[in-house]
Formats: sequence, C-alpha cells, structure tokens
Amino acid sequence: MNLLDWLVLVGTMVGIAAYATWRTRHTDNLNTYLKGNHNTGWLTIGLSVMATQASTITYLSLPGQAYENGIAFIQNYFGLPLALIIVSAVFLPIYRKLGVYTAYEYLGQRFDSKTRLLGASLFLLQRGLQAGITIYAPAIILSTVLGWRLDLTILFTGLLVIIYTVTGGSAAVNLTQRWQMAVIFGGMITAFVVLLSKLPHDAARIAGAMGKLQAVDFTPDLKRRYTLWSGMLGGFFLSLSYFGTDQSQVQRYIGGAALREGRLGLMFNAMFKIPMQFLIVTLGALLFVFYQFQPDTPLFFNQTEWRRHVDGPQGAAFRALEEKHASIHADKQARIRAWAAARERGDAAAEAQAREAMLATQKAAEAIRQEARDALRSVDPKAKTKDSDYVFITFILTQLPHGVIGLLIAAMFASALSSKAGELNALGTTSTIDLWRCFRPLAAHDEARNVRNAKWFTALWGFFAIGFALFVSFAENLIEALNIVASIFYPALLGVFVVAFFLKRVGGSAVFWAAVASQALVLALFFLGKAYPAREIGYLWLNPIGCAACVIFSAILQAVLEGKREPALPTA
Amino acid sequence: WRDVYLFVFAFFALCVALLTLFARAFA
Repeated sequence: MNLLDWLVLVGTMVGIAAYATWRTRHTDNLNTYLKGNHNTGWLTIGLSVMATQASTITYLSLPGQAYENGIAFIQNYFGLPLALIIVSAVFLPIYRKLGVYTAYEYLGQRFDSKTRLLGASLFLLQRGLQAGITIYAPAIILSTVLGWRLDLTILFTGLLVIIYTVTGGSAAVNLTQRWQMAVIFGGMITAFVVLLSKLPHDAARIAGAMGKLQAVDFTPDLKRRYTLWSGMLGGFFLSLSYFGTDQSQVQRYIGGAALREGRLGLMFNAMFKIPMQFLIVTLGALLFVFYQFQPDTPLFFNQTEWRRHVDGPQGAAFRALEEKHASIHADKQARIRAWAAARERGDAAAEAQAREAMLATQKAAEAIRQEARDALRSVDPKAKTKDSDYVFITFILTQLPHGVIGLLIAAMFASALSSKAGELNALGTTSTIDLWRCFRPLAAHDEARNVRNAKWFTALWGFFAIGFALFVSFAENLIEALNIVASIFYPALLGVFVVAFFLKRVGGSAVFWAAVASQALVLALFFLGKAYPAREIGYLWLNPIGCAACVIFSAILQAVLEGKREPALPTA
Repeated sequence: WRDVYLFVFAFFALCVALLTLFARAFA
C-alpha cells in the first residue's frame, strides 16, 4: 500500500459514511428503500443478485481453499439450484400465508412454545458460533494491511462492530452495501485480468497436471468431503436449510413481501451461484500456478504471524525452514519447466516421467509447509496455522495496481463490517422476540423496552463472538468452518420445518424430542469422526442424515404417543 | 413459474456437464 492507496482507502470510507448520513436524513426515501419497490424489473433484480452473490468471506477464503486443495469445493454448490427451486415452489407460498414475524414464531403456532424455543435456540447457537468465525474476515484484512497481530485486530474490529451496530449506524451503511459489493466484484475481475497477464501460456495445463482442476469427483466415498454425491445430496439439504429455515432469509418471504421478487431473486441466485463460484475457485487454482513461478513465494501466507516468530527467540529454527523451503521451491520450478518442455516436444514418456518428479517436489513442498505449521504451533499452541485465507489478500496487496488496492480493501473491509453488523442485529432481534419475550410475555408490548433489550442482546452476542474468536482455535479455513457449523446445527432444524409443513399428524412433543435426538445423533457423528479420523464422514453428509433422522423419529414418536391414546394434538 | 424452474434446472445440468468435461480435459 502506498500513499495513493491510503488516500483512496480513507476517501472511500469517509465517502461511504457521508453518503449514508445524507441518505438517512430523508426518512421517506429510506423507508421506500428498505421496503423495496414491488415493481422492480427482472433485469435489476438479476444484476443486484449477481453483484451481491458472494460475500467478502467468499472472496477472502475461497481462492485460498482452491490454492490448497484444488477446485473440488465447487461441488459443494451442486445441490443449491434444486434446493432453491423447492424453496421457491413449496416453501415461499406457505410462508407467505403465515401471519408471523419470525420463522420460529410459526413453530410456536404449529406445535408449542418449547418447539419454538428449541428452533430459535438452534438458530442462535449456530449463528452465534458463526459470528465468532466471520469476525475473522475484517480482522484478517486489517491485520494484513497494518501488520498488527490477529488477536488485536479481532478485538479492535469486534468492538468497532458492536459500537456501530448498537448505535444504529449499520442501517445507514447498509445503504451502500450494493455499491461495496459491485466494487468488490469489479476488483475480482481486475485481479483475474492481472493474474492472467502474469501467467505462462500453459498455466491451466500446469494446474491440471498438479491436480488442482478436478472439478467433479464421481467416487462414491463417504469420507471424501467434496464429491458429486455429497454435493448433490448434502449440498441440497444444506441449501434447503439456509434458504428455507434461516431467519435472515425467511424474513424476506414473510410479512407481505413481494412473492415475485423473492422468487426471481432465488432463481437468479440458482443460476449465478455455480458459474460465479467457478470463477473464484479457478482464480485460486491459477494463483497456485502464479506462486510456483514467484521467487519470493511465502512459506506461510500469514506473514505478520510468521515475521513475529522469525524475529523472536526461536528465529533460527524458522529461518532454517525458510531456507529449506526456498531450495525445494527452486527445485519444483525447474521440474515444472522440464514437464512443460517435454509436453511441448510431444515426448509422452519424458512428460510422464517429468510429471512424477513434479508431483514428488510438490509433496515435499507440502511437507515443509506442514513443518512450518507444526513449528508455529510448538511456539504458540493457540496460533491459527491455517493460512489459506491470506493467499488472495496477499496477492491483492502485492500485485494489483496502486489505487485499485486502496479502493478494493476499503470496499472489502466496509462490506465485512456491514455483514457482521447484520448478523449481530439478527441475533439480537431473534433473542428478543423468540427468547426474552417468551419468558417475559407481559413485557412484550413495551416497544421501547424491546428495542433496548435487542441492543443489549446485540452487544452480548458481539462479545460472545470476540471471545469465541480469541479463545477457540479451529483448524479449518473460514468458508469450511462456517459450512461445518451449519451442517451440525441446521439438519435437526430443517427436520422440524419439514415435519411442520408436511406431517400434519405430528404434534409438538413428538417433534421436540425427535429434534433433540437427531441433534444428539449429528453431534455424536461429528465428534466420533474427530476422535477416529479414519472413520470420519464428509461433513456435508450430516445434513441429510440429521434431517431424515428428525422426520423418521417424529413419525415413530407420534405413533407411540397416539398408541398411548393421548388426546388429539393440534395441527396447523 | 414452471417454465422458469425447468430452465434453471436445465442450466444447472449444463453447468455440471461442462464442469465434468473441464475436469476431464485437464486431468
């Protein structure tokens, strides 16, 4: 970052705040803006969905995921289009007829208050844990730009988000959310063009030969995280949960929202998601090739953390690792060039031999990266040793044109703060409506008190997120960590909604205990997998297993309860 | 809306087919 970048960055941040302040002075316009116009053209909806298709976390984390493991992650989205068709055709008309404010309020109407509390608690638990993960996004940006330690930037951005959400600033800045996302989308295209201009002509062939372009895996292996089958089935249930039962999504369908707009938004999402994510993972795979030909490719991409240890008391060991890495890196570069030359000559035997040698040096390079992680962990057991989230931001800061860097960093940081604030707002609101008002029904009509409580809950969740991020270390990158948390807590909740919509005979007690049992089953499967890694199943499979278990347990329990001749249970 | 759903599903099937061909081409 040079002076121009800093000027653009500060100018953009001040511009966002000034524009938001100016817009919110005209309250009438703001209300119109927030409600949305019911006659929006289909092209406008499509462009808006496309610009906001991917969040800052996706841009930050997904290229690094592909850099490390190839583009197989794209299969995670294979279940999404079908899930969105089901949500649009089946869930939306049902939600539209309900006179409720939150999805969990409907569970209270359909079943009983304990099922409503369970639904809201599962949502809050899942979103609360995810808030502790998403806080890393703005913190990583700040840490990389300023060179501060990650735990300090987590604390700083966490407090910033709490202040900015509780004082009501988030609604104002959300006004510029679409523009921020459009700038980031433009930045992504710029990064792609810059990257392509710096790559050798056979870059895609090199990425393919090194196993980074395996987009579809037909292997019927439950242990593999991303296969066609886990994506189609697990991804389907995961998407169905998110778009069909998550309050952040459901609030768009209830309360008299425009059905046509909701459906078109979902359909454009179903269309754009796979091509868009393909663009981002391909960028990551090509970044891998780019860094094969860079003389100063970092051994560990979180350079702030790495430098701290190189300059620390055990610096000699870290410098020795760097030298070892530089030697292997140079060897690998030579092997890749030898393979490319053999391929150019059309010498199949030499090409196969060179490819084997190339893959062997790649394995050696991965081993030295693992050694570096182990060294970091031995010095600091709490260190976050997964550095793939730093790959793309490192590329942005070192390779993009000056001026563009400042603009892109400002948009990414502002957008990460906005989505963080939106998340805390949803947690605060749901805590107030579905938990606090359940326990204090007499206070439900005191609106001023409700608003005050929502702010307290928002701040409480903010501190919970900071605490989780500071004290719980997880060995996954951001995007996988979010997906894993969702796959643990969504399935039982989705099962409850499926029972509510389609099994009219099942009552509150049966579905409540079925949800508790299926949640316990999913947790047991997850932790057994961690205890016995050889038997761990890919996390996407937890989604169909948990949902199916909840539906089956509900039906069985209801039959047992009816067998005991309980009085008739209410239906919707 | 049925036409829209069929179109979206066909587009998705095309995406998966193209990705499979892409993976084969660079295997």
